[in-house]
Amino acid sequence: MSDSGSIFSLALGLVLSGDAELWSIIALSLRVSLTAVALACLIGLPLGAFLAVVKFPGRDAVVALLNAFMGLPPVVVGLFVYLALSRSGPLGVLGLLYTPTAMIIAQTILVTPLIAALARQSMADLHVEYDELFRSLGLSMSRTIAALIWDGRYSLSTAALAGFGRAIAEVGAVIIVGGNIEHVTRVMTTAIALETSKGDLALAMALGLILITLALFVNSAVLTLNRTARRLAYA
Amino acid sequence: MLKRSDAPVSDDISAQPLFPLAATDLVFADRGRTLIDNLSLTLDGRGITAVMGSNGAGKSLLLRLLHGLLTPTSGAIRWGGNPLSDEVRARQAMVFQRPTMLRRSAADNLRFVLNHLPRNERDRRVEELIAEAKLDHAAATPARLLSGGEQQRLAIARARATEPEVLFLDEPTASLDPASVHAIEEVVRTIHADGIKVIIVTHDIGQAKRLADDVVFINRGRVAEQAAAAAFFERPATDAAQAYLEGRLQF
Ligand SMILES: Nc1ncnc2c1ncn2[C@@H]1O[C@H](COP(=O)(O)OP(=O)(O)OP(=O)(O)O)[C@@H](O)[C@H]1O
Ligand SMILES: [Mg+2]
Repeated sequence: MSDSGSIFSLALGLVLSGDAELWSIIALSLRVSLTAVALACLIGLPLGAFLAVVKFPGRDAVVALLNAFMGLPPVVVGLFVYLALSRSGPLGVLGLLYTPTAMIIAQTILVTPLIAALARQSMADLHVEYDELFRSLGLSMSRTIAALIWDGRYSLSTAALAGFGRAIAEVGAVIIVGGNIEHVTRVMTTAIALETSKGDLALAMALGLILITLALFVNSAVLTLNRTARRLAYA
Repeated sequence: MLKRSDAPVSDDISAQPLFPLAATDLVFADRGRTLIDNLSLTLDGRGITAVMGSNGAGKSLLLRLLHGLLTPTSGAIRWGGNPLSDEVRARQAMVFQRPTMLRRSAADNLRFVLNHLPRNERDRRVEELIAEAKLDHAAATPARLLSGGEQQRLAIARARATEPEVLFLDEPTASLDPASVHAIEEVVRTIHADGIKVIIVTHDIGQAKRLADDVVFINRGRVAEQAAAAAFFERPATDAAQAYLEGRLQF
């Protein structure tokens, strides 16, 4: 009891003192996950819009697959990316294994289906509402997709935040392809796993506090977005 | 004979007149219900045409079919001899019974359809249209927060911005206050004076008398009556139209 209490105050001390190691881990985590989410948006938003707008044979199957991929286990994604990037793998020559780039790739793959599926859902609803107007105006496919993305900006931002939440909190993919190398590929979740097993509970707890804070931040951002969207009747 | 008129008269549809509009033996059925039932109709490009008829008669459906938003189960629609195409539709605009407002400001709803203009010209045009629609106070307001009447006026301005030759208006003044009704009727007159054919659905008999040159009366998915407005209101030829004008329910 007093033990965990002292761990907690040690952790708080680490956070507040601006411990260099702690902050370099946090910075790498943010860099990897934010980059992955940005890439996932670049792929996922147009993909979601396309699936919402364009009818083609097999679309339902693609959507079902996408929805299933929303819940991909991170370790499985990590395993596949590992196989692709390992020295004998198809992309082995790039020498990316155990680099932040590998972690970005893995998290992008992990998060893209989530963002695309959420985007597709909200843009499909919007498309139902706009379809007749857009057809009456004779809008091209690309303008239709651009308009849906812009008019869905609030719910799409929510989707991006959900993607960030998933990326920043996952451990399975980054530990496999990153290897948790100190100062190179060690991020918050992998550091927590390692430090806990080593018994350095203060550092683990400090990182845990940061993760919880980030989760709270993401959730309040989602709430604010939703509230703003409703106030402007943009929901 | 039908086969022959199926083919477009020439390749350059954009140069050809859109009228006469001819709908022949139109049928639109959905889940076993025949909603448009062998409807035939011819309209010329002059004047304001009022489409009237009871709730559920098929007026909105007819407009969607004529504008090409729905495909008829059978029958044919010819605009100046040409079948519906993107080119034909591009020369028309429609204001829906429940107007769709983009999730943007009122001004941006107009800017959206003026995309092809250079920026300063577009801004000038948006300002004109906003002023004409008497929405100066609300130009920056999210369109979906405008009142019902303001949304109708914005939707009409947006349709107008596309410079159509034909404008479909589906009950543009339902549930509006007298001043808004008046404002919209003024806009409709201006649009008509610009040489645009207006086809307007309305239940407002006074409005039809004020605006319409001719009336198409729809009953159960068919054209029950088509006549000059004065004649229609003076002596409706069918029981259905009589009942409608007198406010009697007909079964
Ligand atoms: N897209 C559609 N698909 C199938 N059925 C439809 C469709 N649109 C309308 N209907 C049905 O067709 C009938 C006629 O509808 P329509 O909207 O044309 O009536 P209306 O004459 O415009 O009536 P109101 O005066 O109430 O607007 C209704 O019974 C409606 O349920
Ligand atoms: Mg209607």
